[in-house]
Amino acid sequence: MAVKKFVTGSFEEESVLFPAVKQVRKNGYKIHDIFTPFPIHGLDKAMGLRDTSLHVAGFIYGITGTATALGFITWALTYDWPINFGGKPFFSLAAWIPITFELTVLFSSVGMVWTFCWLCQLAPFVKKDHFNLRSTDDLFVMALECTEKTNETETISFLQGLGAKDVQVQYKETKWWWGRYDKDKKIFEPKSEIAY
Amino acid sequence: MELKEQFIVPQRYKTISRILMAIGIVTVIALYITHGAKSDPKEQARFWGSLLLNSVYFLLLVNAALFFICATTLSWGGWQMSFRRVSEAIATCVPVIGIICGVILLAIVFGGNHEIYHWSDAEKVKTDAKILFKAGFLNKGFFTFWTIFTIASWSLLEWKLRKLSKSLDNKPLENVEEGKKYIWKNTVWSGIYVVVFALTVMSVTPWLWLMSIDAHWFSTMYSWYTFGSTFVAGIALITVFVVFLKNNNYLELVNQEHLHDLGKFIFAFSIFWAYLWFDQFMLIWYSNIPEETTYFKPRSSGIYSGIFWLMLIINFVGPILILMSRGAKRNYATITFVSISLLFGHWLNFFQMVFPGPSPDQVPVMLYDLGVGLGFAGLIMLITGKSLSKAPLLAKNHPFIKESIIHHT
Repeated sequence: MAVKKFVTGSFEEESVLFPAVKQVRKNGYKIHDIFTPFPIHGLDKAMGLRDTSLHVAGFIYGITGTATALGFITWALTYDWPINFGGKPFFSLAAWIPITFELTVLFSSVGMVWTFCWLCQLAPFVKKDHFNLRSTDDLFVMALECTEKTNETETISFLQGLGAKDVQVQYKETKWWWGRYDKDKKIFEPKSEIAY
Repeated sequence: MELKEQFIVPQRYKTISRILMAIGIVTVIALYITHGAKSDPKEQARFWGSLLLNSVYFLLLVNAALFFICATTLSWGGWQMSFRRVSEAIATCVPVIGIICGVILLAIVFGGNHEIYHWSDAEKVKTDAKILFKAGFLNKGFFTFWTIFTIASWSLLEWKLRKLSKSLDNKPLENVEEGKKYIWKNTVWSGIYVVVFALTVMSVTPWLWLMSIDAHWFSTMYSWYTFGSTFVAGIALITVFVVFLKNNNYLELVNQEHLHDLGKFIFAFSIFWAYLWFDQFMLIWYSNIPEETTYFKPRSSGIYSGIFWLMLIINFVGPILILMSRGAKRNYATITFVSISLLFGHWLNFFQMVFPGPSPDQVPVMLYDLGVGLGFAGLIMLITGKSLSKAPLLAKNHPFIKESIIHHT
């Protein structure tokens, strides 16, 4: 199993974190991720993350739901078991719209939840690894991945210089949970400039 | 950053608005000669129907801009502050178009032509049990009163809100307390407007102005449906003006984030409108009661069916597919395209709301109505441009202005 080395630093204030992210990216360090107890507006942009594709998945699920509903009702009510409801035609689209709408919403919402869980590798009873447990409570934890070119002591002093508290070196090994550290996640756009 | 605060109406803009108004006036005269001056009441109704359609549509359209201001004020929204003056300028059309619309409506009711409003014919009503039942509500007196009340209250509140907004231009707020007082004052006046709005556009006014064309028929969704239609078109109109000003290097503080939110409004309310359309349609279709289905017979399957289904495509299928993605809402080209198509689409919606009543046997030649509509568009351009140039483009002393500047979605 691949073992990876990380340098982690904790930040208490957003006003310290944002300039730090900017500096870290400017100096070419590889940010593994930043763990925060709540969503921080604009952090994804500052980190240079690409937009999520979750909504594209949602659209596809929705279309699937529409097709399923319309296809099934059409088959059932016009071919398999046509029933005369109050003299209406067998193919009466207007009556099917509510069901179609509901199935579209159901497919897209449930599908998006599952996709989200899969992307974040969340599932019941799946243990998640933490760099610092306080990232679920009151700290913003930045993890820098060390490559073969990274100088460990330099990185530590660099992070400390940016205002990070509690700078540590951690070794992480992929264990029985879904592959987390041995996969080379490409969460960054290959851009050198900072968005703003 | 140097802000261009003062809008100067470009010469080309003035020329275009005058040409459009000239087209409108010429069309009205032509329509009068070919139809209005005839002795056949059906032909006259063709003339008045066109005026009714356009004046009501464009009045409700500019009034939607006023509603937009009040709704965002009441919800304490800050994001719209950077282009609030645009919606205010559009709202200044309310008194002018209101007077035109009021005159046309009263002329139809009192003019002796009963083809459009059957209930205004006292002789016929005596033998018509259904209209007689509604006569306590549907009579000339109440119609006049309510029309004047609607237009006067809108105009008055428009004037008041505009005055409130302009009062800060040369007199910055001194401290937080004064700012709170100012916001509270705005909230109160917007609240009054929304109550008036609930009594007018959301309920009684469309019943009288539009639904009573088919006096035997009724629908409780009708006013909401009308509101949905005009609100989408109103936001589209604001968007068109915002894009126009951006293209002329004004409104420096408006960026894609604001456009994105306007796009969300258009997208969401297009779906809202379609939802109301479908509710009204499906309940009537499903229960299949003759006195209800008379409304949809000429529209969904009769001679108006082409217009009926076309406007559904323009107003629902178009926006939902085009504006679904984030990129499309932030793109000036797509949002302008959708806005203009919606302005036309909802006009088409009003066309099929008005004309099957007075002209059930044949679809009137739409070119006339389009010409009159262009005249109103020119009038809106003229008044809005003038109002924009009269006050600074940025309400820079409003307490929420910073929220709008740093706004991002």
